[in-house]
Amino acid sequence: MHIGVPRENKARETRVAATPETVTKLVGLGYDVVVETGAGAASSFPDEAYAGAGAAVGTAAEAWEADVVLRVNAPAADEIGRLRDGAVLISLLSPALNPDLVDALAQRPITALAMDAVPRISRAQSLDVLSSMANIAGYRAVIEAAHVFGRFFTGQVTAAGKVPPAKVLVVGAGVAGLAAIGAASSLGAIVRATDVRPEVAEQVRSLGGEYVAVPAGEQEVSSDGYAREMGEDFNRRAAEMYAEQVPDADIVITTALIPGRLAPLLITEEMVASMKSGSVIVDMAAAQGGNVAGSVADEIVVTPDGVSIIGYTDLPGRLPAQASQLYGTNLVNLMKLLTPEKDGRLVLDLDDVVQRSMTVVHEGRKTWPPPPVQVSAAPVQAPTVAVENVRPKAPPPPSRKFMVVGVAAALLFAITAFSPNELIQHFTVFALAVVVGYYVIGHVHHALHTPLMSVTNAISGIIVVGALLQIGHDDPVVTTLAFIAILLASINVFGGFAVTRRMLGMFTRG
Amino acid sequence: MTATTAAFAAYIVAGLLFILSLAGLSRHESAKAGNTFGMAGMAIALVATIGLASRSVSALGIGLLAVAVVIGAAIGLWRARQVEMTGMPELIAILHSFVGLAAVLVGWNGYLSVEANLAEQTEVTGSLLGIHSAEVSIGVFIGAVTFTGSIVAFLKLSGRIKSNPLMLPAHNLLNLGALVAFVVLTVVFVLEPSLLILSLLTLIALALGWHLVASIGGGDMPVVVSMLNSYSGWAAAASGFLLGNDLLIITGALVGSSGAYLSYIMCRAMNRSFISVIAGGFGNEGAASTDDRDYGEHTEIDAESVAELLKDASSVVITPGYGMAVAQAQSAVAELTRHLRDKGVDVRFGIHPVAGRLPGHMNVLLAEAKVPYDIVLEMDEINDDLADTDVVLVIGANDTVNPAATEDPSSPIAGMPVLKVWEAERVVVFKRSMNTGYAGVQNPLFFRENSRMLFGDARERVEDILRAL
Repeated sequence: MHIGVPRENKARETRVAATPETVTKLVGLGYDVVVETGAGAASSFPDEAYAGAGAAVGTAAEAWEADVVLRVNAPAADEIGRLRDGAVLISLLSPALNPDLVDALAQRPITALAMDAVPRISRAQSLDVLSSMANIAGYRAVIEAAHVFGRFFTGQVTAAGKVPPAKVLVVGAGVAGLAAIGAASSLGAIVRATDVRPEVAEQVRSLGGEYVAVPAGEQEVSSDGYAREMGEDFNRRAAEMYAEQVPDADIVITTALIPGRLAPLLITEEMVASMKSGSVIVDMAAAQGGNVAGSVADEIVVTPDGVSIIGYTDLPGRLPAQASQLYGTNLVNLMKLLTPEKDGRLVLDLDDVVQRSMTVVHEGRKTWPPPPVQVSAAPVQAPTVAVENVRPKAPPPPSRKFMVVGVAAALLFAITAFSPNELIQHFTVFALAVVVGYYVIGHVHHALHTPLMSVTNAISGIIVVGALLQIGHDDPVVTTLAFIAILLASINVFGGFAVTRRMLGMFTRG
Repeated sequence: MTATTAAFAAYIVAGLLFILSLAGLSRHESAKAGNTFGMAGMAIALVATIGLASRSVSALGIGLLAVAVVIGAAIGLWRARQVEMTGMPELIAILHSFVGLAAVLVGWNGYLSVEANLAEQTEVTGSLLGIHSAEVSIGVFIGAVTFTGSIVAFLKLSGRIKSNPLMLPAHNLLNLGALVAFVVLTVVFVLEPSLLILSLLTLIALALGWHLVASIGGGDMPVVVSMLNSYSGWAAAASGFLLGNDLLIITGALVGSSGAYLSYIMCRAMNRSFISVIAGGFGNEGAASTDDRDYGEHTEIDAESVAELLKDASSVVITPGYGMAVAQAQSAVAELTRHLRDKGVDVRFGIHPVAGRLPGHMNVLLAEAKVPYDIVLEMDEINDDLADTDVVLVIGANDTVNPAATEDPSSPIAGMPVLKVWEAERVVVFKRSMNTGYAGVQNPLFFRENSRMLFGDARERVEDILRAL
């Protein structure tokens, strides 16, 4: 089958759905790939590189005529018409936000897969374009902010004076937020991050950020991996927290998105006004209405108070080569899933939850929305409470210890007191030896337990002494038994010491 | 100084040398000296005893003695040279059985030369006779339990019989019944010594030893082996009482209490009570093998990608388990370790106390493969560092790295201390299949987002990684 990669026509789009590297992998799956002339130019992939990777470089018509069309952006109305009957279109479609587009696609006898409808389950991570693009966007948001921000990110003490580190507040610790936290903290800034899901606190810390929780509220555990809209009371408390944090920050990066809806307004006009002059806000949700009052999509707005609000919606596209590479790899992973035989034949399995979720139109039939998928990653309820119950083995109360010692002492006393003299002597030796043995072994290094066992093994071959004293007895049976006992015990003595020696010889220091 | 006092003096010296020997084994630096002390003590004890015996024994007796020692020494040295380090547990188990059998024989000899020969013998008289009989019965009992127990352990460890626990109905009652029968028979034997009673007692003890270990599963073998080690000590001590020999008592008590302490350490490492292990049948009560919870999907990885991961890592921790011994992967692992360390990667090993089938088993395997012992750390030493580790390689371990032990209170292994490998950035699990470990508990680690499964024979996979590096 042919795979076509047409050029992207959307304004400011710099990405492309395949790079020379991913083309090689698609060819490896058995496909013939046609790339439209100049498709990769904006991502710095020249036509020759595609040709070198095994693709044919052709016209737009050839690319659109292919059996499978890989795209970054959803096709325009006229482009839908260029698809051949029975073609498979794979692209970002935002089906939830564009019902008209879905209907238009369903007019044609084609199949359409939305790369942005991949369910959030572990298995599908390698196809998750939203994650890979959000990662890039988060990084780029920090870079854009740094570009506009008139200061260093990292704190320094120089001959020309002391520079305080920049303070960055990241709102929403999803993939984009986490990428922003990582990028900002590696530039040296002090990073704080908030999120309505308390379970992300650990992830925030792992990237060098400090987690700021919304004060005391009901736990919000997400069941589908995305944040949801919150209750009234919660929003009020969150707003108070933002009002407290925002004035202190030099850079604010907001990433709060709710799938299929307008982004929630989190940073109000007053909060923006409360920031120092020269501060920067990056509203990564600008395309969906924005998290910040006064942000304008695709523009930088400077407020009268000197705060810059960046509303770029094409943040991933501002790292074109990187974004194309990750997007292309997501597509390759999808194609691997769709090409189980690696024979260049695309097989769509609608029983597979991943493929079903992505399929918006199947052979001219609308299949959107798909049945919901529950994420297995939702944390098991309240494990912490139970952990405490797991260890009921509290140290026994001292009274019990005294009792045990007392009983043992009384028992020993009774046995000894009623024994003849000779036995008492043996008991003394025995009791002391037990105690010595216990304390001597208590200090043995863990790694030496095996040599210890073999040496004690050898030593317990001392029973040979007993047998030695019995051999040469008049009774032939006794002598025979003693002979066997000596033989066995000797194996122990010599074998035990020899093997210990051998083992200890192996332990070397590095 | 008479020959007797000289012999007793030699025994005291030998006893102290044994204590020094065990004390020396507490550290790597002094371990070799410890072993030498042990050998010296044994030599002194043997010379003294042979000297003592030679005065009353015929030339024939001395000849037999020499033959027995030479044959035994030859077999022992040969086995010690031949044994594979992966086969250490079996060797130790079979050696335990020899001590047990020797104790039984010494006990029987005690009976044959005293009780069965009352008319002629002069060694034991009057009230001491009853005590002697009790000592015979105790010595034979412990020795026989050690003997059959060790034989079963040996068979299980060497794979000659299945290592699944044998579950007879009312197995606890059987054990208890055997103990009660032992007490009753001992009393009868003290009052009226007879060959029949002693034979019966021996048989019961043999059966008990067999049943005790047969009902303990393969994964509990570290406890079993150290427990048998302890028994063999007590058997020697009982023989010491029988013969009135302090050296035997000292040595037996040393070995007995050290084995008991080791078993205690092992049990603590599995968060189980000693009783529940030796009584057998752990993990059969709440076995979660029928558990069909959805843990999600595991992610596979190939050797080349692991090599990539390792190349980029700055710190790597390897946690081996019994699977490494089974696959004989230790040399390959050691080679990998050397390779990575040469590249400046900080490689360390984390050893769970019950990894393998013998206390300290993994350490010996790694030492054989020339892994320096100062990078081989135990669980408590490394657990806190795992969160800062880039890559953890789990090689043939399962239950000892199971997060369910700390997170899932309903898990049969809940509360068992485990290596917290899941806190590391990446975990690569080497495994033959998705089967559960010894405890029969599913391991949620395999389904974590930072876990990758590398299926296949551990040694081949490690070699693949080496090639890719």
